[in-house]
Amino acid sequence: MRRLRAVKDKTARYFMLGIAIFTILFLLAIGLSLFFKALPIMKEKNLWVLLTSSDWKPFKGDFGFLPFILSTFYVSLIAIIIALPFSILTSIYLNSYASKTVKRFFEPVIDLLSGIPPVIYGIWGTLTIVPLIANKIAPVFVEFSSGYTVLAGGIVLAVMIIPLLISIMVEVFRSIPKEMIDASLSMGATRWQTVKKVILRKSISGIIAATVLALSRAFGETMAVLMVCGNITQIPHSIFDACYPLPALIANNYGEMLSLPSYESALMFSAFLLFIIVVLFNGISRFTLNQIEKRYQF
Amino acid sequence: MIMKQLEEKIFKVIMICAAIVILGVLVFIISTVFYKGLPALTLDMITKLPGGGFYLGKEGGVLNAIAGSVYIILGALAISIVISVPLVMYINFYLPLNSFFSAAIRFSLDILFGIPSIVYGAFGFALMVYLGVRASLLGGILTVAMLIMPIMMRSFDEITRLLSHDLPDALLSLGATKFEMVKVLMRQLMPGLVTAILLAIGRGIGDAATVLFTAGYTDNIPASLNQPAATLPLSIFFQLGSPVEEVQNRAYASAIILTVIILILSFSARYFSSKFSKNKI
Repeated sequence: MRRLRAVKDKTARYFMLGIAIFTILFLLAIGLSLFFKALPIMKEKNLWVLLTSSDWKPFKGDFGFLPFILSTFYVSLIAIIIALPFSILTSIYLNSYASKTVKRFFEPVIDLLSGIPPVIYGIWGTLTIVPLIANKIAPVFVEFSSGYTVLAGGIVLAVMIIPLLISIMVEVFRSIPKEMIDASLSMGATRWQTVKKVILRKSISGIIAATVLALSRAFGETMAVLMVCGNITQIPHSIFDACYPLPALIANNYGEMLSLPSYESALMFSAFLLFIIVVLFNGISRFTLNQIEKRYQF
Repeated sequence: MIMKQLEEKIFKVIMICAAIVILGVLVFIISTVFYKGLPALTLDMITKLPGGGFYLGKEGGVLNAIAGSVYIILGALAISIVISVPLVMYINFYLPLNSFFSAAIRFSLDILFGIPSIVYGAFGFALMVYLGVRASLLGGILTVAMLIMPIMMRSFDEITRLLSHDLPDALLSLGATKFEMVKVLMRQLMPGLVTAILLAIGRGIGDAATVLFTAGYTDNIPASLNQPAATLPLSIFFQLGSPVEEVQNRAYASAIILTVIILILSFSARYFSSKFSKNKI
């Protein structure tokens, strides 16, 4: 009887250890398999040419990723520029001003915003943002715009990353010791002065980490952006031009083009590129956030 | 003196405005979907398979997509529960507190959580080509499982970490093995696991990029693991691409179905997590 219990315990322990090791190796497995799938195109072409050329003619064997890389970058940048002020202001409000009732009311709002599927965001974007840009905003600045633009992608993406930004920033603000805030308030500072001089200054690294994390989320978002940004292979010259981000490129072409091995490899190369950037960004910002969490744990 | 009070007032108003805008956007998104979709939403939508001329605006529903999504998410859940629960128990109760190994696992979970679904989709497809599996229910289940596993592990881990160490200590001092201890603790953690599962379902059922290449698409309900399976987000996406207006309207109606599923999941997750904080010792 005693033996059996011990054996059960041992078995369970090794099983769990196996799963734990598997989890760490899984990340490596994804990276390596994408790398080996992308290797043919990296051998065929110079890596520098792949990243900086803007010739995209898969059937002639020209694979220049610059338009897609720039599109991804511009759309994400606009999303961050729009989302950041709203997120910072709202998280400060939730952290230092709002009553318990307001806080409790806002939690499901953030939950829902982060839970809404990308396709729904895409529908919302095509129904409201795209016509708004085509009819109202773009005519003020340029002669013609279809509405399916960098700006539309940026706005939809901004809404999608706001919940991530807010939930991390609220955590960061909460990690600031209450004593510091009390000290500032008791010296006669107003709430806003405390926010400005104590909270924001203390949590600047956390805000940067949250921004980097949100940026990496924005890089990889596929369906919603694909539905609103036009998908035309070009380097966008203004925010009213159509663009074609990397994830949309993979989603639109993968699976059909297996007959051309170099095309498949090129698409895998873009998946690998996304993977590397996202892992790098995520790693750095998660590391920073973990440090912050540790610093204020007593 | 006056200046700082004025500054305080101004910024408070700006902050409240920012919060209201965010709330407004949520209401705007949900009401847009309902406003466009309600006229086309009929009972047929959820009880019938697509008929002969469905994509030309004739009758039928999206039962194929609903069933496919449910099958895929159930399969993916089964796989990820079997892997997530032991892992979370291991890093919380087997490994010593603040060990390097558990920090490394949590770190890689954080990173896995951040990997875009399209990358999982591409990896899943590459894996399927390697194994010789075609786009099918099985492929969809495996890829969605990869996507939701980190979500489930992280949220279950977060809740498990809140458990006080008195109960495990009491169990161990009574002579229980660690495995027996974990079995008892699991009861305590049940509401937390349910919350994690609901969150994972919500993310998995709405994601299109993972199933785009791996699950395929069909007008029928898949009868075996080798058959392709339709999914709700993809069904919405394909119907939207149609030039026929009735079909587009049905895409909006399908979007309502998906939104309602997400609303229900989100609120029940909240309900179960509040239940957990009540049971907490």
